[in-house]
Amino acid sequence: MKFIDEYRGRKAAERFARAIRKITTRPWTIMEICGGQTHAIVRFGVDTMLPPEITLVHGPGCPVCVTPVELIEKALEIASTPGVVFCSFGDMLRVPGLSRDLLSVKARGGDVRIVYSPLDALRIARENPERLVVFFAVGFETTAPANAMAVFQACQQGLSNFSMLVSHVLVPPAMEAILSSSDNLVRGFLAAGHVCAVMGYTEYEPIARKYGVPIVVTGFEPLDIFQGIYMTIRQLEEGRAEVENQYTRAVGRDGNRSAQRLIREVFEVVPRKWRGVGEIPASGLGLKTKYSAFDAETRFGVADRVVEEPSVCISGSVLRGIKKPHDCPAFGAACTPEHPLGATMVSSEGACAAYYRYRKFRTQESSTIPSGV
Amino acid sequence: MCLAVPGKILSVEGDDPLLRCGRVDFNGAVKQVNLAYVPEAKVGDYVLVHVGFAINTIDEEEANKVFQYLREMGDLAELEDGEGE
Repeated sequence: MKFIDEYRGRKAAERFARAIRKITTRPWTIMEICGGQTHAIVRFGVDTMLPPEITLVHGPGCPVCVTPVELIEKALEIASTPGVVFCSFGDMLRVPGLSRDLLSVKARGGDVRIVYSPLDALRIARENPERLVVFFAVGFETTAPANAMAVFQACQQGLSNFSMLVSHVLVPPAMEAILSSSDNLVRGFLAAGHVCAVMGYTEYEPIARKYGVPIVVTGFEPLDIFQGIYMTIRQLEEGRAEVENQYTRAVGRDGNRSAQRLIREVFEVVPRKWRGVGEIPASGLGLKTKYSAFDAETRFGVADRVVEEPSVCISGSVLRGIKKPHDCPAFGAACTPEHPLGATMVSSEGACAAYYRYRKFRTQESSTIPSGV
Repeated sequence: MCLAVPGKILSVEGDDPLLRCGRVDFNGAVKQVNLAYVPEAKVGDYVLVHVGFAINTIDEEEANKVFQYLREMGDLAELEDGEGE
C-alpha cells in the first residue's frame, strides 16, 4: 500500500538503528505519546533494535485507555435506557466499568451498535426518528473534527433525537502533567503525528522550552519511528530542546485550519478526568453551551454522577511511563485481553494489550522487525 | 484510535463545502469519505483518512524526506568514519 509499505523496509530500519547506536552516549528515556505508535513499536520490535541506553516508555495516547470509569458507568447507564440506540467505536465495548461492560448491556438486549464514523450514528438518528440515538465520542484531537462535524450537522438538520456522550481529551496538557510530576523519567517525546496533522505543533513549542525536552512530531510506520527516535536522541546528545517535525508528509506547523475552526465552533476546553491519572485541568473538550441540546450527560441526567476508580490495576503508572506492562503481577495472569482488569489491556492500542499480543510467548531478542513487511 | 489510513481520491462530489465527500481507494477497498476538511484535495491526491474523514492531504514530495534523511545521514556517518581512520 502506497505511503505504508515503503516505510517498513528492514534494511533502512537497520541503518537507522546503527545510526542511533552511533550517536547514543548516555541513557535516555523517551516516551511515544500515541497508542498507535506503541503498537507499531512492539509489533515491529523497534525497541529491540535500539541500543540498551535507550528506554522507550509508552504514553497516555490511547483514548480508550484514559477514559475514566465514571464515564464508562455513564455510558452503561445511558445504553441500558429503554428506547436508546447507543453507538460507539468497537474498542469501547469491552472496557470494564465497575461490574459490567457495554457488551454485556448488548447481551441483555440493549441496542448497542458498533459504528465506524460518528456520521454513521447521525444516519441512524435520521433513519430512526422515534429512537434516541447516542454516540460515545471518545478521542484525542485527531477525532475531534469528525465529532464536531456530527454535532454541527445534527444541529443544522434539526436532529433532536441525536446526542453525544463526550469524552474528548487533549495531548499537550497530559504531557505537562507527566513532565511536572516528581517521579517523571521522560527526557524526550515522540509527538503523535495524526494529532498534529489536525492541530499543528505550535502548542508544543512552549512545553519544549519550559521543561527542556525535545519533542519530535512522528509518524506511525517503523521508519518514521526510527527517524523520530534518531532526531530526539540527536537533540538530547547535543543539549537541544526543540520541536522538530519528522512527519512532514502529513503535518504542517499550523495543522488543518478548517478542522480547527469547526472544533472551536462546537467544543470548548474543559477539565477532564483521566483513567489512572486523575483530573487534569483544561485537558479535554466539552460541548459549548450553544450545542448543549446535544449533550447526552444532560439529556439522560447523568452529569453529576461521581465514581471512584478501582485500584487493582497499575495502568495509571503505565500511562505515565513509570512502569511497563511486565511490572504488573496481574499481567498475563489475572489480566488478559479476554478478561481485562484495566483499559490498557482492552484496547488493541493499549500498552498491555500490545505486550500481551506480541511479547507474551517470545523473548525480546527474537522479536526483531519481520522481513518483507 | 488515532489510526489514519492513506488512500487515493477517485471522485469528488457535493456542492456544500461541509458535505463535500468522495470515493477513496485504499488499495482496492473503496469507501465514501468526507472531504470537508481538505477543500484543496482533488481526484488523484492522497489523503489521510480517520473515522470517515480526510484529515489532511499527503505531500508526495515530503514523503521521500525519510529516505533523503537516511541518505544524508549515511553520507555523514561515512564522512565521520573516514575522518576517524
